[in-house]
Amino acid sequence: MNSIQKNRIFDQAFKVWGIGCTLFGLILLAVFIGDILIDGIMRIDWDFITDLPSRKAEKSGIYTALMGSIWILLLTTVIAFPVGVAAGVYLEEYGKKNRFSAILEINISNLAGVPSIIYGLLGLEVFVRIMGLGASVLAGSLTLSLLILPIIIVATREAIKSVPKSIKDASYALGASKWQTIWNQVLPASSGGILTGVILALSRAVGETAPLIVVGALAYVPFAPESPMDEFSVLPIQIFNWISRPQHGFIENAAAAIIILLLITFIMNGIAVYFRNKWQKKLK
Amino acid sequence: MAKEIEIIMETVTEQIPANSIIDSSLKKKATIEVKDVKVWYDTFNAIKGIDMNIKPNTVTAFIGPSGCGKSTFLRLFNRMNDYVEDFRMEGKIKVNGSNIYKKKVNVEELRKEIGMVFQKPNPFPKSIFDNVAYGLKLQGITDKQLIEELVIDCLKQVALWDEVKDDLKKSAMALSGGQQQRLCIARTLAVQPSIILMDEPTSALDPISTAKVEELIFKLKEKYTIVIVTHNMQQASRISDYTAFFYLGELVEYNKTKTIFTNPEKQQTENYITGRFG
Repeated sequence: MNSIQKNRIFDQAFKVWGIGCTLFGLILLAVFIGDILIDGIMRIDWDFITDLPSRKAEKSGIYTALMGSIWILLLTTVIAFPVGVAAGVYLEEYGKKNRFSAILEINISNLAGVPSIIYGLLGLEVFVRIMGLGASVLAGSLTLSLLILPIIIVATREAIKSVPKSIKDASYALGASKWQTIWNQVLPASSGGILTGVILALSRAVGETAPLIVVGALAYVPFAPESPMDEFSVLPIQIFNWISRPQHGFIENAAAAIIILLLITFIMNGIAVYFRNKWQKKLK
Repeated sequence: MAKEIEIIMETVTEQIPANSIIDSSLKKKATIEVKDVKVWYDTFNAIKGIDMNIKPNTVTAFIGPSGCGKSTFLRLFNRMNDYVEDFRMEGKIKVNGSNIYKKKVNVEELRKEIGMVFQKPNPFPKSIFDNVAYGLKLQGITDKQLIEELVIDCLKQVALWDEVKDDLKKSAMALSGGQQQRLCIARTLAVQPSIILMDEPTSALDPISTAKVEELIFKLKEKYTIVIVTHNMQQASRISDYTAFFYLGELVEYNKTKTIFTNPEKQQTENYITGRFG
């Protein structure tokens, strides 16, 4: 066997190995989803979505948890979106390149890696206790906002960085101020990337459990929240609660709730992909 | 080929209307005076002390090999180097008599007075109309009819109107390179500057588009003072009234274009324009 043949075999072997690695995660996910679907799909109907929680599995629904998740999602968006984008714009466009900004940069990357339970403890101390918000939707949203801020900031910076310098030059050369250039050129040209980042960050927030448990989200709330100061539950906590019950009926409920939660995150990721593609086309 | 270009130039000339709205409003005589200007990037001395006067309603060409500082020098006039890190400058540049590097100078106002066209056509990823209207909107002009009139006028001035009049809402990115560059010139004219700086405006264009832009520059000279950086000797000799030859951050020779190209004073200049180096 000469070296050319050897190289060819190695080439093929690596290809097969690569395909295997790629499929590994996908197959596991497919098996998991299949399993969940078998367990839960029959349980999903309109009543399951609109029923309040109950001690009896077959009467239990996800209404309060779903509404809690939607409340959390909306409030987190309202808080984290403007703050994160503004911080990203500042760091990319205004911040001077010095040691201070380098330290800031490293710390923001670090923040993105901090375990979510730590954010929960921070939220418990600052929002629930010091600010006296209690175990409310607002306290939960503020906590999750902190959690996803670094992701939004990093995504915003990347999106802004990809705006060609020539566009900014053109704007400045026409007598635009810095803010006019950012508002009229930079932000529109990077909006797709920013939106993608924000949606991906939010889809992470909607699946978070640990920090919300620490903040005091309840496993059982009799009513859906009606204001930011109400107590709440969210889908992942509802799922966690049901899974820890011994009765088979609740396992079915958990599977059904997982399907709903997955559906929400898949839809959000789909929207993110849509924006990204649209944005890439526009810049070309 | 030469004949073809001639014919195209003729048609372009016909397309440019003799008088336009902006025409009457612009009677300013724009001058640039440069006194002992030096520029550093960090420790690199990019420009080593240049004096120069640029006369109104002329085309002045900057020539010289890559890295000689001509683009840096051009960008001093509208303070585009301000964004470059580690940029440092000494000396005075007076535009219409006032030093533009004084502390109190409003850079935005300065750039409305001195427009710039870049090497690569850089339209905004917006519609053709919005590209030209952008500068007007920056100035807070909201009168839709006035904006529309000015946009149409500027597009006519650059001889682009007939090509795009039915597609004003279309993205400027869909235009050809030559059309994009003329759009960028139209966009610059809309702000009503008195001086237009051009940084190798045709280096990314094909010969026919180049001919159109050159013809346009020739026309614009009547109303604007134009400074153009070019790598193309023929271009410099065709369109400019004055030519400045830069080498290693110094102004080697600055004179009437005719003199520079037929009877240069310095040996270095002659070597460069005859293609012996650079």
